[in-house]
Amino acid sequence: MVVPAGSLVFAFFASGLVLLATGHDPLGSYRQIFDAAFVNTGALGQTIVSATPLAFTGLAAAAAFRMRLFNIGGEGQLYIGAITGAAAGLYFGGSGSSSAFAIAAMVVAGCAGGAAWALIPGVLRAFFKTNEIITSLMLNYVAGYLLTYLVFNTESYWRQTTGFNATVFPTGKPLPASAVWPEATVHVQGGIGLPLGAGIAVLAALVLWVLYRRTRFGFEVQVLGDSPRAARYAGMRTRRKILAVMAISGALAGLGGASQVGDFRHTLDADPNGMRKQYYGYAGIVVAALGRYNPLAVLLVAFLIGGLQNAGNTLQGADFPSGLVGVIQGLILFSALGGELLVRYRLRLVRRAETPAAAVEAA
Amino acid sequence: MADAGTQVIGRRGADGAPPSSAVEMRGITKRFPGVVANDRVDFEAAAGEVHALLGENGAGKSTLSNILTGLYRPDEGEILVYGERVQFASPRDALDAGIGMVHQHFRLVEPFTVAENVVLGDHRGEGRSFRLRRRAIERHVAEISTRYGLHVDPRARIWQLSVGEQQRVEILKALYREARILILDEPTAVLTPQEAEVLFATLREMANEGRTVVFISHKLHEVKAVADRVTVLRGGRSIATVSTAEATQRSLAALMVGREVATTERVEQATEKGDVVLELELCSVAGERGPAVREASLTVRSGEIVAIAGVAGNGQRELAEAIAGIRAPVEGLVRVRGRALRPGDPRAAIAAGVAYVPEDRLGTGLAPSLSIASNLALKAYREPHVSRGPLLRLRAIRERAVELIARYRIAAPGPHAQARQLSGGNLQKVVLAREFSARPQLLVAAAPTRGLDVGAIESVHAYVREAAAEGMGVLLISEDLDEILALADRIAVMYEGRIVGEFDARAADVEEIGLAMAGGHDPRQD
Repeated sequence: MVVPAGSLVFAFFASGLVLLATGHDPLGSYRQIFDAAFVNTGALGQTIVSATPLAFTGLAAAAAFRMRLFNIGGEGQLYIGAITGAAAGLYFGGSGSSSAFAIAAMVVAGCAGGAAWALIPGVLRAFFKTNEIITSLMLNYVAGYLLTYLVFNTESYWRQTTGFNATVFPTGKPLPASAVWPEATVHVQGGIGLPLGAGIAVLAALVLWVLYRRTRFGFEVQVLGDSPRAARYAGMRTRRKILAVMAISGALAGLGGASQVGDFRHTLDADPNGMRKQYYGYAGIVVAALGRYNPLAVLLVAFLIGGLQNAGNTLQGADFPSGLVGVIQGLILFSALGGELLVRYRLRLVRRAETPAAAVEAA
Repeated sequence: MADAGTQVIGRRGADGAPPSSAVEMRGITKRFPGVVANDRVDFEAAAGEVHALLGENGAGKSTLSNILTGLYRPDEGEILVYGERVQFASPRDALDAGIGMVHQHFRLVEPFTVAENVVLGDHRGEGRSFRLRRRAIERHVAEISTRYGLHVDPRARIWQLSVGEQQRVEILKALYREARILILDEPTAVLTPQEAEVLFATLREMANEGRTVVFISHKLHEVKAVADRVTVLRGGRSIATVSTAEATQRSLAALMVGREVATTERVEQATEKGDVVLELELCSVAGERGPAVREASLTVRSGEIVAIAGVAGNGQRELAEAIAGIRAPVEGLVRVRGRALRPGDPRAAIAAGVAYVPEDRLGTGLAPSLSIASNLALKAYREPHVSRGPLLRLRAIRERAVELIARYRIAAPGPHAQARQLSGGNLQKVVLAREFSARPQLLVAAAPTRGLDVGAIESVHAYVREAAAEGMGVLLISEDLDEILALADRIAVMYEGRIVGEFDARAADVEEIGLAMAGGHDPRQD
């Protein structure tokens, strides 16, 4: 607990130095960030909007990393979940089914898409011992190109083909009204909206927590993550576990993608300056690392980092360094991982031994 | 073997004057978190003697020698080499001061040749030139090799050599560097009795030249056989330094343990030997580098303790893993109580009643970061009283752990403590507690007392005997012939993957067994 907190302190300290170097007032800037993230009117609502995808990808990374399965493919799994989720939403939303059914279908489709995409590196790792870091990472690019292809390069199901705008610039088809995910209004700060995705993320975190702490499945994951040899010795089915955990991880990220479509963008957003520029998948890894892969802590961290993101978006301007948020985030990750070193080893300062003169005297 | 032109260093005075000190360690203290490994230890070894450092596992011998070779720095105390105060910042400084060490776990590069390993890291002589002068090095190595009777082909690659030969390479490394003080850490752990004899002769030869040999061991009869003097360590402190001529095994044991202890004696078990519990039929198992076990056949009956003797690396581990289901045999069958086990399926073996205590306790037998309670439930977590459906009964797991910790007297802060915090002896107790409480038909124990102190060794031996008394079949795999002779009913010897001999333990002849362990080859005739 001390180490992540210490990392944050160090990160802010280091960023403060950067600010000073560029002629800004660190404490003032930090105050601005805090206000923009949590205090100003409507800030909390925006923060939740930023935090929701981070919660999903953070949970996805935590679920896998807990077992030392380094699923770096959260980004791609999120895209695929967005694709499958959007497909379900477009289809069921337009076909006259009830809103609840359409939304449920989107949730299921998002999970399924993400899980399937994650199973590719999963199968390769389980059966061929291929390094999942590389395979999952590469698939991120594939997913990105698929996204581009579906909206920019073809007249696909996802693409908007009618209307004036369609001829000018390719966009995704808007989601039918019945497939748009609802929001609950909370009367704080003049009324903020709690998107359905946020609620699902909290639920997912709880389920994940119970799964990993209280079930046989979770026990096996613990053992496998700690010592694959001990797991095999004890008769645990390693390959099945790898597939299951990758699927869960991918499903969570895919759910994040469906949430992006259903909660916020209401379309399949393939714009290179839109969903893709946010790098939710990679940010999720930072979130998971800071939360030490504990699902409940991940929620909290996602909220905080979401606040940071929100502040960065809101404050960008001539008088506020636009890259600062990115710098702080990077420093946080760097310090969090560097902090691990302090957890594992104890630094000791050793005095150099006595001088030779003293030795001669003693002899 | 040594010719008259050998340089003699610091030999004893001809008039019987006391030998000059080659190395002296005064007041050495070394602390690690939670333990004082060396507590104001004094140690002194003279030129021209073989000086043994005796102590049970955990007494601080390895720490002391690691300080002497520059791997650790002492928190307090000083080291003098040939009367001069020295400070080692790294092993290289120690090597330059003439201190060479042969570690228990060899530091050799397997794909390299003997010559390449010997010259590795050497910054004098042939090692200095930019080009590798192979032939010059090989010639030099061959010279040293013949001079000391350490026969090994300088051009052979390490992985091709037997463990005994690899140890010779380690000694050659030290001699090549002209080490005047040679430290050997438990060197006979990997040797057959005959190879140990040859080693002792070599060490005596080196001492006669004026070198100092420090011999670290916990085996009393070896210390008596090879050393001139022995320093006993206990609990991190130096207890006494005695001349081996005047000490007996019994007196040394008492010094080592601090109480009167019976030297490992054979206890005859009057257990009825029942039905066959384990049957291996022409089992062949592949290892990482080719066939490890070749057509091995063996039976173990209920109530019987069958031991597999042999130097480590002759297929014992692969055999144990095949029985436990971790490795699938490429040929042959493993039968437990008559039923063939599904190959390569640990769960099937566990269900059939096979308990396995692996030699790699912390790496295979336990999950180090998990709690003791979790480790105790490692195999039992599927059972109904520990889990209800998919959910674990955490309280049942904890209660079971508390009970087992009490019953097996495991010294631990509590059931929630991490496994890796426990000492070697307690780790082994956790593994044994878990395996025993599963009421197995067959207990396979691989090197169960390796690295344990005398008290823990006694406990483990007691459990093994108890297992047999309760009707389990026990397969004991060990490199320690003394242990095998004390416990086993029957002894099978493994060499290069084959079972090359079976002996009745009561009528066992150590000579014969030792020869079988070396594949029939007597190293004394080299």
